[in-house]
Amino acid sequence: MSRDIAILGVGMHPWGKWGRSFIDYGVTAARAALKDAGVDWRAVQFVSGAATIRNGYPGQVAGATFAQALGWQGAQVNTSYAACASGSQALAAARSRILSGECELALVIGADTTPKGFLAPAKGERPDDPDWVRFRLGITNPTYFALYARRRMALYGDSVDDFAQVKIKNSEHGCENPNARYRKRFTPAEVAASPMVANPLRLMDVCATSDGAAALIVASLDYARRVGRGDAPRVAAISTVTPTFASANIEMPDIATDSAVAAPAHSFRAALPAKAYEEAGIGPSDVSLAEVYDLSTALELDWIEDLQLCARGEAAALLRSGATRVGGRLPVNASGGLACFGEAVPAQALAQVCELTWQLRGEAGARQVSGAKVGITANQGLFGHGSTVIVKR
Amino acid sequence: MTRKTEKPFLEGWFAQGEAGAHLLGSRCTSCGTYYFPRQARFCRNPACAGEQFEEVPLSRRGRLWSYTDACYQPPEPFIAADPYLPFAIAAVELEQEQMIVLGPVVQGVDVAALTVGMPMELVVETLSETATERHLSWKWKPAP
Ligand SMILES: [Zn+2]
Repeated sequence: MSRDIAILGVGMHPWGKWGRSFIDYGVTAARAALKDAGVDWRAVQFVSGAATIRNGYPGQVAGATFAQALGWQGAQVNTSYAACASGSQALAAARSRILSGECELALVIGADTTPKGFLAPAKGERPDDPDWVRFRLGITNPTYFALYARRRMALYGDSVDDFAQVKIKNSEHGCENPNARYRKRFTPAEVAASPMVANPLRLMDVCATSDGAAALIVASLDYARRVGRGDAPRVAAISTVTPTFASANIEMPDIATDSAVAAPAHSFRAALPAKAYEEAGIGPSDVSLAEVYDLSTALELDWIEDLQLCARGEAAALLRSGATRVGGRLPVNASGGLACFGEAVPAQALAQVCELTWQLRGEAGARQVSGAKVGITANQGLFGHGSTVIVKR
Repeated sequence: MTRKTEKPFLEGWFAQGEAGAHLLGSRCTSCGTYYFPRQARFCRNPACAGEQFEEVPLSRRGRLWSYTDACYQPPEPFIAADPYLPFAIAAVELEQEQMIVLGPVVQGVDVAALTVGMPMELVVETLSETATERHLSWKWKPAP
């Protein structure tokens, strides 16, 4: 029996700094997805909201907030919070309901309104909170991205010019995307002239935070066939695994890794896609394109290796060969990625699935990856959360 | 000028001993796993049901796993000098504990002076100051 569900519709509110409520963006994205699916809102049986506890949300719960704004219609409702993986967990909740037969048609939705500058911790003296401790020491999110980037330089010989080329590639992709916030082509000189944030990463190497929203209408394969959409792109796998002790990489917001004296060290980023490949029965060689979490330019190269799209240490060579640009053998971040979007935490994992859906339908316009059949996403955020989704046609 | 009160920014996380500064960690008495910050209740090794921990000083020397700096003033609760002084940050791998620990690098050591793999040692230095207090922290310093 197939464990797949169909993606009948996708919709987004463009990323940016719009100065409005996350509810506004979410409803815009939901209405776009409903229209794309040809589905009446009142037919939706399950609303699965992706939440954040940091930015636009104090006191509000995503699923019910969006359901009310769209018009209470008695659907079952759920809210998922999992930092950057919130969208994937919300999608997983919808998939479980659909595969168990509890519902046939669901809306999955995430939206955010973000503050300016660094994402900062909650107020107050809270030494028991690792997030408080690291900010007290002056360790921000770019610190971690820079540590990984420097490590690549030392281990694999990557250069800051390689990192700049990731930005340049993604900016070329994103300037063709109407939902991207930054739609400008960058040159190596512009990246090199941007201020240093966390050596070796410059401002143009590190992603911003943005407002934005993304929504999916998903359904059982039976439902999809009944409405003549049996050929719609399908969700073939969702991985939301935790790290495995001893987690080897230094991860936000921790100031130390697990000690690996009593158990072998494991890579969390590599575990996320490994589980998804296993679930989908699909291997890295089947992948047509990937949407990965380029919180920094260098991190895109880590993800390419974690997705097993090349051997460890060879992602920069793959980039230099042109394989990862649209038109190449294995495009990465055809949407423009976080470089062009900026991060809207609870919407971002769903935005990745929106892009794969458009690509697999052949509706991605100037950034279309020709013959796209299988797409994979990857993201990772705070507190041991991350996800990978595989979409196939 | 009156002397400022010196105190650690976190009580009980590090100490200055005879042989130098060290972090105060803990170690599961069942499986030997080290913890920093200290763990006092439940071992996080999924194969271990340990609930007994001994407090241990962590190795005060290690190898530089990676490094960076903070070119922009971090947000609160960071307490910045005026004007803000950028500083380097180190991730140091402790061989005996098989773990990586982050910390600021001592003042006056720029990223240009750092290389992945170089030996580092722990010291105690001022992290921040107010009109009346000087807050101390652990910091990493290139070792001879
Ligand atoms: Zn133990």
